[in-house]
Amino acid sequence: MSTTHITINNLKFSRQQNLIFDNLDMKFERGKITVVLGPSGIGKTTLLKLIGGQVPVDQGEVIFNDVSIHECSEKVLYETRKKMGMLFQSGALFNDLNVFENVAFPLREHTKIDEKLLSTIVLMKLQAVGLRGAKDLYPSQLSGGMARRIALARAIALDPEVILYDEPFTGQDPISMNVLLKLIKQLNETLGITSVIVSHDVNEVLSIADNVYVLAENKIIAQGSVEEVLAEKDNALLQQFLAGAVQGPIPFHMPADDYQADLKKVNK
Amino acid sequence: MSQRKLEIWVGLFVSVAIVSFAVLAFSVSGLSLKGEGDNYYLEASFTNIGGLKPRAPVKLGGVVVGRVDSIYLDKENYTPVVKMSMLESQGFYPETSSMAILTSGLLGEQYIGLTPGFIDEGIDMLGDGDIVEDTKSALVLEDLIGQFIYSINKED
Amino acid sequence: MQVLMHTFQSIGHYSLQKMQGLGLAVLMLKRTLLTKPHPKLFHLFIAQMYHIGILSLPIIMTSGLFIGMVLSLQGYYALVDYAAEESLGSLVAHSLLRELGPVVAALVFTGRAGSALTAEIGLMQSTEQISSMEMMAVSPFKRIIAPRLIAGIIALPLLTLIFNVIAIWGGYLIGVSWLGVDGGAFWSVMQNSVGFSADVMNGMIKSVVFAFIITWVALFNGFHVVPNPQGISRATTKSVVTASLLVLGMDFLLTVFMFGG
Repeated sequence: MSTTHITINNLKFSRQQNLIFDNLDMKFERGKITVVLGPSGIGKTTLLKLIGGQVPVDQGEVIFNDVSIHECSEKVLYETRKKMGMLFQSGALFNDLNVFENVAFPLREHTKIDEKLLSTIVLMKLQAVGLRGAKDLYPSQLSGGMARRIALARAIALDPEVILYDEPFTGQDPISMNVLLKLIKQLNETLGITSVIVSHDVNEVLSIADNVYVLAENKIIAQGSVEEVLAEKDNALLQQFLAGAVQGPIPFHMPADDYQADLKKVNK
Repeated sequence: MSQRKLEIWVGLFVSVAIVSFAVLAFSVSGLSLKGEGDNYYLEASFTNIGGLKPRAPVKLGGVVVGRVDSIYLDKENYTPVVKMSMLESQGFYPETSSMAILTSGLLGEQYIGLTPGFIDEGIDMLGDGDIVEDTKSALVLEDLIGQFIYSINKED
Repeated sequence: MQVLMHTFQSIGHYSLQKMQGLGLAVLMLKRTLLTKPHPKLFHLFIAQMYHIGILSLPIIMTSGLFIGMVLSLQGYYALVDYAAEESLGSLVAHSLLRELGPVVAALVFTGRAGSALTAEIGLMQSTEQISSMEMMAVSPFKRIIAPRLIAGIIALPLLTLIFNVIAIWGGYLIGVSWLGVDGGAFWSVMQNSVGFSADVMNGMIKSVVFAFIITWVALFNGFHVVPNPQGISRATTKSVVTASLLVLGMDFLLTVFMFGG
């Protein structure tokens, strides 16, 4: 088995005439945590959907193990997706099912195991995220952090090779944030799950990351291990993003006409 | 809600709908399951059938004894021919019977009135495929008015 | 000239957009119909029959009763001038079985079940439930769309049957019990004039066609929703408007085809 688990080659993607990615090349190593950083609206979620084969590419390819996600048959795609788990930003739990049934859902769909074994597995997964006590609750009764942990339990129900995390820390209080960080790290270390995290919470994700990609303005502006990326002191765009500076290559003001001229026009 | 409860509700719903269908079929449209029993066919040619339609009743003294099956034109004689399916349960009629196209009420539907003829030696009963010779056409209002005006003119 | 070009451009843009929508809708239908029957489909179907069919029952029954009563009342005043009030049963049954039953039940169904379907699917789409289902290698067409489409197509004709029976009963109530039309005449004239295949079955065919249109439109609008609260409310409105107009248009075509020739 090669060390790269997912490869993105020369990928081009645009949405309604807006170019999102052009000439994108990425490699995600097996058993490592790779973080994709970037400002909001850069298409990080889209990147995960491209890896999952949910949106078609304009050009290029995504290779998972040896399968080209966008060129294989639907059947192969569905088989491949069983090896992926995805944690959505909102959790995306099924409202009409309780916590237990939500976690049991992928097992019921894809395996023919009996009810006893199924319950055992579900309880084990819930125990892993620390929410076995919530098994009879409905998603509407859960807090955001709890919903995300349940969704994580559901994502690992089928023991996937890869988990894709979409903004796992957005809108979390410090405690839930640390719980999630610990869980992601734990899953990676104990089960050897390849993790892809897209996020803009720089400090949190860098603490657990092995490799980093930083996206801005449709392209990769920095890549490599955490130390390598942090060492790129002369990359102004990168430094602005990492430091969260107001001024820098990404301007505070949106491009507009001259300020004085605009004001004069109003007061004429 | 449990699956069992759901299934009971849906079962009830479907049953009520089936009962409704039965009500519409039998009480509203008057469909009869056993049909109207065995039939035999009679034909009769008229010079004018007026507004007679297939499925119009054939009545004898007000009792339905058959229905119009189809109407077609005899291409040799240029006369309309009415094919009727008669109920065997209502019996058979002698060859001397006559048929007329009548109207129920002033503006109602048209139907065929059957007047049974006399029975005598040498007179057979009408059977399947036989033709009724003695027929009287539908009254057409325009013709009636025409005749009326003609008769008034003659008296002058 | 500029204005003219601009007009043509917007017409072109609009029609291309509509064509694209139609294409997506056909694609969705194709993927749904390719669903192989699976054992869970039956359970999901039963649950949808409850949500789509049984929960629409109260409003269908109430509207049926009122439509039947009003029809009888108005019909009586029209017929009594010609001393033909005994044909009331025929008038009520004919108009219900051929037109009002299928059409009014379809419109009420659009408002009750169609809008709920769009909102439900739209919410699933905007909370990424459908997306996450896809990522769990479960086809949403098989799991979400197919059972709802089948339940919708079966539920509306059943609701229409119940609607018709209740409406005719309402007509009877007003005509016979209140206005004093002879009960025997009411039923016998009705039975003589109403044909099973011409009236009852044609009405049912209409109802099946309407059910398909409404459910399809509702599911499509929910599935291709703009994933935010405004998008869901717009999709719901659009779904009700489109489905109602399609039902009325299709009713005209079917009427011409069934009774006009």
